[in-house]
Amino acid sequence: MTQQNRLTSGGRIDRSTPLTFTYNGKQYKGFKGDTLASAMLANGIDVVARSFKYSRPRGIVACGAEEPNAVLQLGATEATQVPNVRATQQELFNGLVSASTNGWPSVDTDVMGMIGKVGGNMMPPGFYYKTFMFPESLWDTYESMIRKAAGIGRAPRERDPDTYDSINQHCDVMIVGAGPAGLAAALTAARGGARVIIADEQNEFGGSLLNGTEKLDGKPASEWVRAVVEELSRYDDVLLLPRSTVNGYHDHNFLTIHERCTDHLADIAPVNQVRQRMHRVRAKWVVLATGAHERPLVYANNDVPGCMVAGAVSTYINRYGVVPGNELVVMTTNDYGYQAALDWADAGRKVVAIVDTREAAVGDRTEAARQRGLNIISGSAVIEVQGTKRVTGVSVAGLSASGTKVIGSVTKLKADTVATSGGWSPVIHLSCHTGSRPVWSDSVVGFLPGATVQKQLTAGGINGQYETAIALQEGFDAGQKALAEVGLAAANVVLPETEAMKVAAPMSLFHIPHLKPTSQAPKQFVDYQTDVTAAGIEIACREGFEAIEHVKRYTAMGFGTDQGKLGNINGMAVAAKALNKSIPETGTTVFRPNYTPIAFGAIIGRNCGALFEPERYTAMHKWHVQQGALFEDVGQWKRPWYFPQAGETMQQTLNRECLAVRNSVGILDASTLGKIDIQGKDAREFLGRVYSNAWAKLAVGKCRYGLMCGEDGMVFDDGVTACLGENHFVMTTTTGGAAHVYEWLEIYHQTEWPELEVYFNTVTDHWSTATITGPNSRKLLAELTDADVTNDDFRYMDWKQITVAGVPARVFRISFTGELSFEINVQANYGMHVWEKLIEAGAKYGLTPYGTETMHILRAEKGFIIAGQDTDGSVHPYDLGMGWCVSNQKPFSYIGKRGMNRSDCTRENRKQLVGLKTKDPKQVIPEGSAAVLDPKGPKPLEIQGHISSSYWSETLGHSIAMGFIKGGLDKMGETVYYPMADGTVIEAEICSPIFFDPKGERQNV
Amino acid sequence: MLHIYCPHCAEYREEDEFHCAGQAHISRPLDPEACSDEEWGEYLFFRKNPRGLHHELWVHAAGCRKFFNMTRDTQSYEIKEVYKIGEQPSVVAE
Repeated sequence: MTQQNRLTSGGRIDRSTPLTFTYNGKQYKGFKGDTLASAMLANGIDVVARSFKYSRPRGIVACGAEEPNAVLQLGATEATQVPNVRATQQELFNGLVSASTNGWPSVDTDVMGMIGKVGGNMMPPGFYYKTFMFPESLWDTYESMIRKAAGIGRAPRERDPDTYDSINQHCDVMIVGAGPAGLAAALTAARGGARVIIADEQNEFGGSLLNGTEKLDGKPASEWVRAVVEELSRYDDVLLLPRSTVNGYHDHNFLTIHERCTDHLADIAPVNQVRQRMHRVRAKWVVLATGAHERPLVYANNDVPGCMVAGAVSTYINRYGVVPGNELVVMTTNDYGYQAALDWADAGRKVVAIVDTREAAVGDRTEAARQRGLNIISGSAVIEVQGTKRVTGVSVAGLSASGTKVIGSVTKLKADTVATSGGWSPVIHLSCHTGSRPVWSDSVVGFLPGATVQKQLTAGGINGQYETAIALQEGFDAGQKALAEVGLAAANVVLPETEAMKVAAPMSLFHIPHLKPTSQAPKQFVDYQTDVTAAGIEIACREGFEAIEHVKRYTAMGFGTDQGKLGNINGMAVAAKALNKSIPETGTTVFRPNYTPIAFGAIIGRNCGALFEPERYTAMHKWHVQQGALFEDVGQWKRPWYFPQAGETMQQTLNRECLAVRNSVGILDASTLGKIDIQGKDAREFLGRVYSNAWAKLAVGKCRYGLMCGEDGMVFDDGVTACLGENHFVMTTTTGGAAHVYEWLEIYHQTEWPELEVYFNTVTDHWSTATITGPNSRKLLAELTDADVTNDDFRYMDWKQITVAGVPARVFRISFTGELSFEINVQANYGMHVWEKLIEAGAKYGLTPYGTETMHILRAEKGFIIAGQDTDGSVHPYDLGMGWCVSNQKPFSYIGKRGMNRSDCTRENRKQLVGLKTKDPKQVIPEGSAAVLDPKGPKPLEIQGHISSSYWSETLGHSIAMGFIKGGLDKMGETVYYPMADGTVIEAEICSPIFFDPKGERQNV
Repeated sequence: MLHIYCPHCAEYREEDEFHCAGQAHISRPLDPEACSDEEWGEYLFFRKNPRGLHHELWVHAAGCRKFFNMTRDTQSYEIKEVYKIGEQPSVVAE
């Protein structure tokens, strides 16, 4: 294929570096410096998509982020598939593979298009709601069909081979956009010594200065751009970010910049380079110099390929050396539209006509066109376009002065390209992100940034200032203002001389009338990407949608990946006309981050795979791994779940581990329990206030179990606290509750009782804990210590500072299994040493490592609760049958006391924790099962409670369960039923939750 | 993402380091036993949800671990002031 639309000279492309790319399976040539869109236009590719709803052929209409049609799928392999790439923003590289995302069997011959053509009125706004929502059960089927037919790209099915990155940045001045205003602001701020970041979404800085033929200081504008960029790059404190879209403007001048580092180089990033990087910037001041998007006009069949916005035509000619057609008709409401015709004529191709909707406009550009002898048709409009896959001609007719009616006769002109300009819409997206409401300007004919609480300045096109001289001046002013605000002296900058241009007033016109009423005229598209027409918006208004937000949702205007950058203002204008309101009365929708679609990879950065969430390991983790332990996540901790041996089922492992503890000795890694060191002369008083039980008399060397309740009286954590010294305690918490408990203690101390002298520090990671439990645990401990660990000297609920395996250790004689137990706490870096010594010495006792699952079974056999499993924020200590752990003698009204004495907490028939023994001892009731009194009773059955813990107990030879039953503590021996999903019913008897060793003799041996 | 001045550290830090702990100036009744169920319920559960100025309790969780108060505009997200526990706000809603 030849590049038939490529000019032989001019543009910012490198003709000495030809590149090959693929579109829909065919190979084409382009040049370095091309975008995918410019290369496609150079090759005469007209149809790049089929439209969403009507499947109409669509071509490239714009040249930047606002492009609604040329949204392609990229990727040479399955793993490198990227959806939603705007061809206008993708730089061409050698070997680029692209494809259109919709159209079946292809965009050129599309089956769905037939439906669109046959049934122009078959798909009104709200079509999907009206047609496919019923029956609801079929929505999933409809949705997949619609999606397939519509086609909006697809995610890769394989893992992305590239890496993504993020970086935090700080600066004095963040400048968004590197056109004339942005560059002037950056130059000023940089010269003044500010720390500056300037970002632009394009591959090179310059913005509009690169798209035209304008001169600065009598030389091509690009030379001024080059000099400024050169100077900026010399400053150490200036960061230049091309190919970087400022995608979000968040609170307190926090901005997110999406930098595409290597997207322009290849399908996969070169070795050791990241594909994209997210900059997270905190800026003292922000200068928005985001420019403006040109609005196309809304006229009949304005979506036929060959219909473009006027500025884009100029850009393709001047920047890329591509003329996207042969015979041009321009339609414009303003002077800027003339530029496309001038550039087209300069490129040596035929300008058929300039159709100006204004009656008599005289500006420098209009005069230039007149002097060139171009055919100017004033007070008229292109009311309709002919053609399907490419424009073949236009119908031109006179307009009434207000632009609301066609007057006079229709003239048909032959043309293949229609360039329209309905004026410019300032790019106010970022300004909207922070909650600022845009303000309509009649003179600009567009929305301007509204009042803001951010430290934000604006300059240039975003203010509706489209003349280079003014944009430069505003950029300079913003730079100086930012310097002053950050406390720096004004900078000395001389702005370049510009060619002053006289500009005639634009006409406020958006929707070109047709001979027929809008509803009967050929389709006049407002939003190309979502196929919203002027008629559709009128219908929405007629059906009663008056708020612009509702019109938007009903018609889907602005819902595409382009967020309606091109069509929204036109849509509001059409709605305003239909509602007989002005545009400011109709209002505008606002924009949310992100400005353009962004890859998930760039959002997640390095925080994926193994780095997705931190994992916490105990000092003995490696040993567990070597022993083949399976792990359970508890918070961020990896805890051994059970230690299967070859050939064992999980239940067999649990049975073996449980019996080992009951018959000899087992070992558990309990390092993950939260540990909080508490010191100060009021530490004891403080404990009494946060625990439900008494702490005043706990002697040094003793441990005590405590329940922690909220102010509502409900249990939320529990654990053992040891008295290390008169003013020194160490509290243990549940593994998952540690952080919460710690903050709980701090908030009460800092905000309620600052007069108490007490200090907290988290020491969870400082200690490793090996729990040895079982009848032989004392013998095992004795092998590794010289200390006296006999029952006379080391009593139940004592703790001792002794040496174990040569290491100083705090040993707590407490028990969560009901067996004689010792929790051996050593400095974490000795943890593995002590563990291995215990394993070594324990061999002769058959010392068996066990995990959290066996721990759960052993404690459930004893009826010990697990906070968070047997509590759910709705049970107080009495509900748990743990009234023994509540002291009402304490003088201070501890946290939870008032709460658990509320009338609802003291009423009859509360759900209470009981044991449940199944009639069939082999049956294990699934956790969560609901209890009823009569499974055959009238439905709905009244739920009496639920199962919170349930296991097979190998020790006892039957299943055990703990659960809640209304008034359960008074219903011992009664029968309840648990209906299962499969229709069967499990029968169980209410009993004490202490199934094993009810007198607690085993822990006292 | 908010940019928060910690009055204890005396510097601006990112919101990542902080944790909001709800409405500020909720004092625990000095004599809870003297509260009716209704009064206790008020203390426990009822919180303001204003559009505009709001006084909040924050903690510099990944920093100095100290609590402090913040007066924040819930609409614009402007932080009007931060002040230590025990102090009263100087910026209040009209």
